[in-house]
Amino acid sequence: MAKGVKPRVKVPKKAAAGDVITIKALISHKMESGQRKGKDGNLIPRSIINRFTCAFNGENVIDVQLEPAISTNPYFQFEAIVPEAGEFQFAWHDDDGSVYETKKKIKMA
Amino acid sequence: MKKRAVFFRALLVSGFAVGMAGADENAQLVIEGETLVTKAAAPAHLQDNLDEIYSGWVFRSNETQALQLDDFDNPAFVFIDAAMDQYQQVEGSADKSCQSCHEDVEEFKGLRTQMPRIVDGKVQTMEDQINKCRTEQMGAEAWKYTGSDMTAMSALIGFQSRGMAMNIKIDGEAKPFWEKGKEIYYTRHGQLDMACSNCHEDNYGNNIRADHLSQGQLNGFPTYRLKNAKLNAVHSRLFGCIRDVRAEPYKVGSDELKALELYVSSRANGLSVETPSVRN
Amino acid sequence: MTLTRRDVLVLGSGAFVSASMMAMPAFASVVDDKIKELTGGASVTEGDLDLSAPEIAENGNTVPVEVSAEGATSITIFAAGNPTPDVATFNFGPLNPSQTAATRIRLAKTQDVVAIAKMKDGSFRRASATVKVTIGGCGG
Repeated sequence: MAKGVKPRVKVPKKAAAGDVITIKALISHKMESGQRKGKDGNLIPRSIINRFTCAFNGENVIDVQLEPAISTNPYFQFEAIVPEAGEFQFAWHDDDGSVYETKKKIKMA
Repeated sequence: MKKRAVFFRALLVSGFAVGMAGADENAQLVIEGETLVTKAAAPAHLQDNLDEIYSGWVFRSNETQALQLDDFDNPAFVFIDAAMDQYQQVEGSADKSCQSCHEDVEEFKGLRTQMPRIVDGKVQTMEDQINKCRTEQMGAEAWKYTGSDMTAMSALIGFQSRGMAMNIKIDGEAKPFWEKGKEIYYTRHGQLDMACSNCHEDNYGNNIRADHLSQGQLNGFPTYRLKNAKLNAVHSRLFGCIRDVRAEPYKVGSDELKALELYVSSRANGLSVETPSVRN
Repeated sequence: MTLTRRDVLVLGSGAFVSASMMAMPAFASVVDDKIKELTGGASVTEGDLDLSAPEIAENGNTVPVEVSAEGATSITIFAAGNPTPDVATFNFGPLNPSQTAATRIRLAKTQDVVAIAKMKDGSFRRASATVKVTIGGCGG
C-alpha cells in the first residue's frame, strides 16, 4: 500500500427520491507516471491509481479508467441519481493491488 | 524619494493594469460564504514604496483562482485531513498527542496572523512552535523543518485563522530582526544580481517569462502549488526564489530566512490569512 | 490545420499542396491510431459532446477538464501531445443522469485535448480543445 493515501468524498447528507446530486471525490496519491527520472538517472517505475468506481447500493454510477496523465491527487466530479435512501460506495484501485475504499450514507429528505 | 514614488505610481497604472489583463481584476475571494481581503492599503511601514498590497490569489488565472473557492476543490484539504489525524496521534515519551494539551484545534484561531513572532529573544515561526511542542511536551522527535508532516500541521493550525487579518508585530523586541529581514529583502543576491524587491515590488503585475509576478505575499502559506501538487512551506518558497536568482540560498530554518519571513510577512499586514491557498 | 515550415518541407513544392491535402494531416498521429482502435474504424462525428478546458493553463501539471455527452455510455480523453496520449475513460452506469465528468490532467506541452464519446446507439462523437501550456519564470 502506498504511503499517505487518504480518500475524501463530498456527498450531500440528504436528498429526495429521484434527485440528481453532485459528487466530488479526491484521493491523495502521487500518481507516479513512469516517465520521470530519479536522482540516479533511472526511470522511476509507474505507480498510479488505475481505476476509480462509485456505486450506489451496488449499482454503478461511474467507473473510470485512469492513465498516468491524471494529475497527482486525482480528483473527479460527476452526478448521480438517488433513487432511495442508501449508501454510496467508492473504491480506488492502486497499481500495487491495494484498494482504498470509503462509503457515504444518504438519507431521504 | 518623490521621484521614486512617482515612478512606482506609474508602474501601478501601466504595468499593473496591463499585467492584470489575463485575470479578472475585480474577482472576489469568497470561500464558504466568507469574503477574504485580497487588496488592502499598504501597511504604514511600506507606504513609501507601495500604495496597495495584493494577495497572490489576485494574480492567478481564473482556473487557479477557482480551486481556492471551495474547500473540497482545494486539494490542500486532503493534507489538512491527514494533519487532523496526526493531531490526535499519541507520540513520544510523554504519551501525548497535540490534542492532549489542545483539545480543540480551533483554540489556535488567530495564531497564524502573528507568526512569526518573538519568543525568548528569538524569531519563532509556526514550525518552531510545532517542534517545541513535540520535543518539550510530547517527548517526540522534532520534524524536518519543511517536511510533509510539518507543513500539513502548519496548514491545519494556520487554517484556523483563515479570514483574519495578518498582524505581524514589527516593533519592540521584533525590531532588530525585522530590520535584518528588510535588509535581506532589498539586497541584491546571486549571479542575476536581484533583490526580492526587483520582482515583487518593482515589477509585480508584469510577466517574468510566462509567470505573472505577484507581490510575493506570505498570507496564504503553506500553499498548495499546482507545480508540485503538494503543500509548500514558506522557507521552501524563499529558498527557491534565492536559488532562482542563482545565489547560494540561506538554509531552510536558518536565522536569515526566519528574519526574512518576519519582514515579508509584515508586508501582508491587513490582508486575510488564506491558509491553505492554491497557487500555480 | 496550420501549415508549418516543416509541413512545407515534407510536402515539397507548392504544386503538391492541394486543397485536399490541406484538409488532413500528412501522417496519422498516435492519437489517431488510438481513436481508430477505440472506434474500430467507425466514423466519428462532431457535436453532442462538450469538452471544456482552459485556453491557457497556468501549470501543465494540473489542468481542469470537463466532458459531457448526454446519452453516452463512455467518454475517453486523449492528450495528443503527451508522451502517451491516453488520459482516462469514464464509463457511465445506470445511476448516472447526465454523462458529465470533470477531472484534472497533466499536459506536457501546448497541445490538443481530444474527447471521444461512445453513444448508446454505438455511434461515436468527437470534440477537441487546444490548451496552451505556459512555462513559468521561476521553474513554475
